[in-house]
Amino acid sequence: MDVRGRNNVVSTGRDDGPTLLLAHGFGCDQNLWRLVVPALAERFRVVLFDHVGAGRSDLSAWSEEKYATLDGYASDVLDVCRELDLRDVVLVGHSVSAMIAVLAANRDPSRIAKLVLLTPSPCYVDDGDYRGGFSRADIDELLDSLDSNYLGWSAVMAPVIMGNPDRPELGTELTESFCRTDPAIARVFAQTTFLSDNRADLPAVGVPTLVVQCAQDAIAPPEVGRYVHERIPGSELVTLAATGHCPQLSAPEETAAAITAFVGSR
Amino acid sequence: MMCEADDDALGDTGQDDDPAFSALLEDSVEDLYEHAPCGYLSTLMDGTIAKINATLLDWLGYRGEDLVGRRRFADLLSVGGRIYHETHIAPTLSMHGEIGGLALELRASDGTRLPVMVTSVVKTGPDGTAQLIRTTIFDARDRRAYEQELLRARQESDRERERVQKLATTLQRSLLPPVLPVVPGMEVAAYYHPASTDAVGGDFYDLFPLAGGTWGFFLGDVSGKGAPAAAVTSLARYTLRAAAVSHRDPVAVLHVLNTVLNHEYHGIDPRFCTVLYGVLTPDADGCSLAMAGGGHPPAALLGADGSARFLELPGGQLVGALPDAHFAAVEVRLEPGDTVLLYSDGLTEARTRGRVRHSEEELLDFLDTVGPTTAPAVVAAVAALLAGFGEGVDDDTALLALSIPVSAEP
Repeated sequence: MDVRGRNNVVSTGRDDGPTLLLAHGFGCDQNLWRLVVPALAERFRVVLFDHVGAGRSDLSAWSEEKYATLDGYASDVLDVCRELDLRDVVLVGHSVSAMIAVLAANRDPSRIAKLVLLTPSPCYVDDGDYRGGFSRADIDELLDSLDSNYLGWSAVMAPVIMGNPDRPELGTELTESFCRTDPAIARVFAQTTFLSDNRADLPAVGVPTLVVQCAQDAIAPPEVGRYVHERIPGSELVTLAATGHCPQLSAPEETAAAITAFVGSR
Repeated sequence: MMCEADDDALGDTGQDDDPAFSALLEDSVEDLYEHAPCGYLSTLMDGTIAKINATLLDWLGYRGEDLVGRRRFADLLSVGGRIYHETHIAPTLSMHGEIGGLALELRASDGTRLPVMVTSVVKTGPDGTAQLIRTTIFDARDRRAYEQELLRARQESDRERERVQKLATTLQRSLLPPVLPVVPGMEVAAYYHPASTDAVGGDFYDLFPLAGGTWGFFLGDVSGKGAPAAAVTSLARYTLRAAAVSHRDPVAVLHVLNTVLNHEYHGIDPRFCTVLYGVLTPDADGCSLAMAGGGHPPAALLGADGSARFLELPGGQLVGALPDAHFAAVEVRLEPGDTVLLYSDGLTEARTRGRVRHSEEELLDFLDTVGPTTAPAVVAAVAALLAGFGEGVDDDTALLALSIPVSAEP
């Protein structure tokens, strides 16, 4: 199995620095890290990848069975660690990848030294006293809106999206492929993302963890970030002044600074 | 000069003197913005609404002061749309500077939903920094109803396609033996490679016990595909099985099938097939094989010495095409280490490297490299060869192999 090709693994930054492994969330690909990578690359070895089904990953490696659970994604993250023989990794997971990172760290803490959970949510759907922010009906509505937005998506686009193997390095022009995903894959990923419940996995986290949230975030509101912080023993919580769900885009300096400060500590 | 001429030409229309027309031309930009036939919305980079036109306010039932500086664009969306906005639209705008053709739903002040098509571009300042997001919003109620129909139709056709594939697979399985029987003193193996999951193919094979310790087998290929071919396949299978009981001579068995097909399919819709039919008579140190053929590619004999040759059946005609068809017969003795391979023309007509068809000669060359072998090994080798052809295999392919183990133990 060619893990580098399967997950389109890209390494940059300093070879002699600590290793950051950046995991993107639902909806896009590793390009989402584009604005924070230059700052991080000054101090760290930065490893980026695309989840299978996203970006320029190998679509033939995708299967509904494997990727219907976050565990499937977590085992890919560990595959990347093993393939590149990464040790003492600081695993940075954005959005749904925050929980993927938790699962990976719980499964193999020998590889992962620290976790940075960027705008995490362990459970998007309200459940009893727990407020995830969404109802089951909301999530069904999201799946419908994905369907209508992918109506015009055509398989003809696939070669255009996947066709350029010598992908432009970070920092060069993005193509139309950005954030485009096969609708069938996007739907399964959306379901996996928004219907998973990983609350029970939080207390098991045994590595130093930083929770980074935004002051205003429609997907992962501050009380959810606080919940994650309270459930992960010894974790730190940083609330950025940024708005939105993607602080690595809306506030790249602040985000990079928070990650850098945390990795440098302890 | 041209300008003057143009002015004159305009003057000729008399319109520039018409105060009503001039007034139209001086339509204020402000009024065009406010009352355009589409919604206009400008937001700060964090989505906060900075400017919104009267058309959109009217659609939504808000006043400007309700929204400007107070609400973000995402606040106007349905919850599903808001998630899509945060995970896809906002990142794309931030990275790409524009996004279009988005199907979203806005929530009006009274809670009703307005289906819209949305296009956004980022306005950058002279130094290249992003300043504003400009968004145009079109009423898409009619279009959305039409899209819902399309979506429903596509989901329906996806379901139908799955159903058809399931049916085809089931029917195909019913035309092939689920497992081959155990033949004492022999090894047997078979393989079926469907060209398509949508249609039932026309290839068939079987291996079955006959009286006195003998065994009958056949492998054939019916003309055509799909349900009509499946009906012929079914008829050919049970006719061969029944004829084998009462006729010892393989040629006689093919004559029975020929007659049945002639009776069943005559006139404008003739149906025919190619078949190899044989009888195995095992004995203490091997097996004798009597085989008849009608229009089918010859079986290959892979000897214990590693050689490969075809068991030619010259002059055998298609089964079911003519009332008095001629069928050829061959008899060989199989010693320990010998393997017989039957196959359909999906194998010999596979297109390798896009154009050239894989000929019988090439097949023999390939089999020369495989022998001496066993039934399971040669089937595995040829199946791997087929897999290597990939899309080049445009017809179904059936394989049936029989071999005498060297140890002579069953």
